[in-house]
Amino acid sequence: MALTRAQMAQRIAKELEDGFYVNLGIGIPTLVANYVPDDIEVMLQSENGLLGMGPFPTEDELDADMINAGKQTVTALKGASIMDSAESFGMIRGGHIDLTVLGAFEVDVNGDIASWMIPGKLVKGMGGAMDLVAGADNIIVTMTHASKSGESKLLSKCTLPLTGAGCIKRVLTDLAYLEIVDGAFILKERAPGVSVEEIMSKTAGKLVVPDHVPEMGIPA
Amino acid sequence: MPGFDKRVSSYEEALKGLEDGMTVLAGGFGLCGIPENLIAEIKRKGTRDLTVISNNCGVDGFGLGMLLEDRQIRKMVASYVGENALFERQLLDGELEVELTPQGNLAERMRAGGAGIPAFFTATGYGTSVAEGKEVRDFNGRPHVLEAAITGDFAIVKGWKADTYGNVIYRHTARNFNPLVAMAGKITIVEVEEIVQPGELDPDAIQTPGIYVNRLICGTFEKRIEQRTVRS
Repeated sequence: MALTRAQMAQRIAKELEDGFYVNLGIGIPTLVANYVPDDIEVMLQSENGLLGMGPFPTEDELDADMINAGKQTVTALKGASIMDSAESFGMIRGGHIDLTVLGAFEVDVNGDIASWMIPGKLVKGMGGAMDLVAGADNIIVTMTHASKSGESKLLSKCTLPLTGAGCIKRVLTDLAYLEIVDGAFILKERAPGVSVEEIMSKTAGKLVVPDHVPEMGIPA
Repeated sequence: MPGFDKRVSSYEEALKGLEDGMTVLAGGFGLCGIPENLIAEIKRKGTRDLTVISNNCGVDGFGLGMLLEDRQIRKMVASYVGENALFERQLLDGELEVELTPQGNLAERMRAGGAGIPAFFTATGYGTSVAEGKEVRDFNGRPHVLEAAITGDFAIVKGWKADTYGNVIYRHTARNFNPLVAMAGKITIVEVEEIVQPGELDPDAIQTPGIYVNRLICGTFEKRIEQRTVRS
């Protein structure tokens, strides 16, 4: 069965390590914060200038001056720090973030990513996405494997305007976990109950399938 | 305003000299840390044909979105726009020009502008439409794009507290672009919630030194929340 959004977040959370500084994009990536293992600590960085983002506030804690990159009200954990936008992006661009998780429309075998604009539809802007993909070393892209109409999002070449070129190495979809190496997707894990054949049929770009592809260890 | 006392007595005085066709830099991220009253004063003045540079363009009827109503903005430079219907309409009708720039570039270009760095190389946007027409050079085996600094005729800033010398501190994530905007404006106006006497702010705590600030005014702020999210 294809992973739910929550299960995708749970699988990504397995990549968190104790002491990691992490940037989570809007959408599924934000759910990763709900699955941080109890025995480790991570610090969430919000690109608008907060390191150590906490949960949503209670009514009493609500503060218009404390928001996240998605413009939602949040809290700051003990030990948090605040900085201006240049310093925040300095952290990002300077490679100081240990893990970045963001969504996409398309990824291709060269590691290109398209996530910010669909021509013909109203264009709202790229926000911090281009800086994130250019500046981070450890990026996991998360998205559905194919569109609702069944078109693959893992391509030979992105068709949509790029957010970044040659910068993606790891992809987690609702069907699989893949890595990008030497111009091909390598199938590393499949979602529980999902066949290699289904993944192959929904991957348009070159896909290398090892002899044994384990199922992800995700609680139901 | 004797010596280093930057205080002005009215919002009209604060924005004196803002003319049609000028470039205005504005602090804020979404509706957080926006110079609400300075924006309202620009609306009241009716100054037109402005190039406005800010991370976002407010919402319908509030923040920079207010300046769309009388078509005061000719060009918007931002990283993320379109949270208002009027913006979308003017954009589609060709009344409004938009230049989208990555958020990190926007911040660093303003910092550079204030710091005398005319241009810098960054990996951000390489291989995308952002890099079109720009010089590319390899550093450490990786292509980087040349980005030019941003400066403005006027810079409008929201701070939390300032002393009369224009030394400013900010509150929480209302800081965001404000310190950078403050640096990059030829004439920088800061509006704050409280003005104190010199010596009341710890020099170690100052986030925008008064050297960048030309005019200072105290105001009250609505501080509208764009997405009120609470946990039970």
